[in-house]
Amino acid sequence: MRVEFDEPKCVAAGQCAMVAPGVFDQRDEDGVAVVLVAEPGPELADEAQEAAAVCPAAAIRLVEQ
Amino acid sequence: MTDTDVAPEYPAVRESRCPFAPAAVIREMTRADTIGKVRIWDGSTPWLISRHADQRALLNDPRISINEKREGYPHMTRGRATGAPHHPDLITNTDPPEHTRLRRTVNGPFMVKRVEALRPRIQETFDGLVDDMLAGPNPANLVEAIGLPVPTLVITQMLGAPYEDHEFFQTNSNKAISHESTAEETAAASRALGEYLAALLRKKIAEPADDVMSEMGGRVEAGEMTFQEAVIMSSAILIAGHETSASMISLGTLALLRDPEQLALLRDNSDDPRFVANAVEELLRYLTIVHSGIRRIANEDIDVRGTTIKAGDGIIFELAGANYDEAEFPDAEKLDLTRPARSHHAFGYGVHQCLGQSLARVELQVAYSTLYRRIPTLALAVPSERIEFAMEGVAYGLRNLPVTW
Ligand code: HEM
Ligand code: SF4
Repeated sequence: MRVEFDEPKCVAAGQCAMVAPGVFDQRDEDGVAVVLVAEPGPELADEAQEAAAVCPAAAIRLVEQ
Repeated sequence: MTDTDVAPEYPAVRESRCPFAPAAVIREMTRADTIGKVRIWDGSTPWLISRHADQRALLNDPRISINEKREGYPHMTRGRATGAPHHPDLITNTDPPEHTRLRRTVNGPFMVKRVEALRPRIQETFDGLVDDMLAGPNPANLVEAIGLPVPTLVITQMLGAPYEDHEFFQTNSNKAISHESTAEETAAASRALGEYLAALLRKKIAEPADDVMSEMGGRVEAGEMTFQEAVIMSSAILIAGHETSASMISLGTLALLRDPEQLALLRDNSDDPRFVANAVEELLRYLTIVHSGIRRIANEDIDVRGTTIKAGDGIIFELAGANYDEAEFPDAEKLDLTRPARSHHAFGYGVHQCLGQSLARVELQVAYSTLYRRIPTLALAVPSERIEFAMEGVAYGLRNLPVTW
């Protein structure tokens, strides 16, 4: 699976970093999300999915490869 | 239901039998096949969106706007309608991309990892308040002893106000939001806070420290925001974060005291952070304290399940409707601390979703994991029907909560 992150939409709410710390972090200066693992393996798939579901700005899309 | 003659009054009065659940008319509208309208204080009839799925789709739709200056915007009160044209651009009245820019300038201190770093101090503050309550008279009023002081002390620390000033903060922020204050008292308290915050900002620009006001001061110096914007933003943070967290602490305690089984479950799992985190989400859902709907206006025609919302129509998103939507939360009237509750809309949804949510979560996780563990005999000191709700504000809460132990 590949993470597609639409940065201009991100409002830096940090939901992704909270539910999927293995896949997302927040930039120090303004909290905008940073993708740590662009192609999460099976061990991170669940949390990546949860992050996409909770992101209030619909800035995260997961593409199955 | 589009006939304005039959549009129900909004906000609707809840049944006293179930004070936490949305009014029956809202739940009926949530179940209905099509969306409908409601009538608000000025006689206008905006659309009411109360299904969880409809809110998810629309609150992220670029065709809706939060521009409160537009004709037809469904204002919450007359006071807000009068004030709207005079507000500068703020995160609470702008759409992307301006909203995104403004929000990123104030977001830093609310990031998950920065708020997590505050947890030990929040725990210490909370334990201190419990010590004080236990050392004082029994029964006590939990709203005053714990509910209101927690957010004031936490925000005072975050903003970087000296501890000696916390009583000034406490008194004035309580006056500014209290349902018991007169209009003059509210205005005087807000003015006092504004002046205080402006002076604090000046001081932090001269001698920066590691806190929110210094960070905003830095942005003012760098030309990213004006001095006035920084003052307005800091008082907005103070007000938005005060009543809401206070209500959640007091109402959550009342809900749990009325449900001994769930309370026992929470007490027994107080040292399991995952359990506690989920319990907080479920209480946020169950209580949905922001109960007067979040407000928007349509920029273009939008089709919702066969009905057209016309460009210029007002729209109200009833958050409790979505949080009690059986399609998303089966058996919604039951408080179930173990249900998956994270998809709730208590903090709203879309780009305006609560800025302070990570802070609120940590405050509530500390509160709910500490209070009932430390005071296992906590009980209501009056019959539960005698407890008075405060229903007038943007968020509902309790006027007082007499407890004994
Ligand atoms: C349990 C506590 C809280 C609840 C239930 C809550 C609820 C909400 C809701 C529903 C919104 C969305 C409004 C809309 O979309 O029109 C919101 C926005 C906001 N909240 Fe909270 N809130 C809470 C705590 C806090 C705290 C602790 C702070 C700050 C310290 C805060 C600051 C804000 C701000 C600044 C906004 C505006 C965000 C924007 O428009 O982009 N809130 N809150
Ligand atoms: S949850 Fe969405 S909006 Fe929030 S930081 Fe992550 S990507 Fe950005």
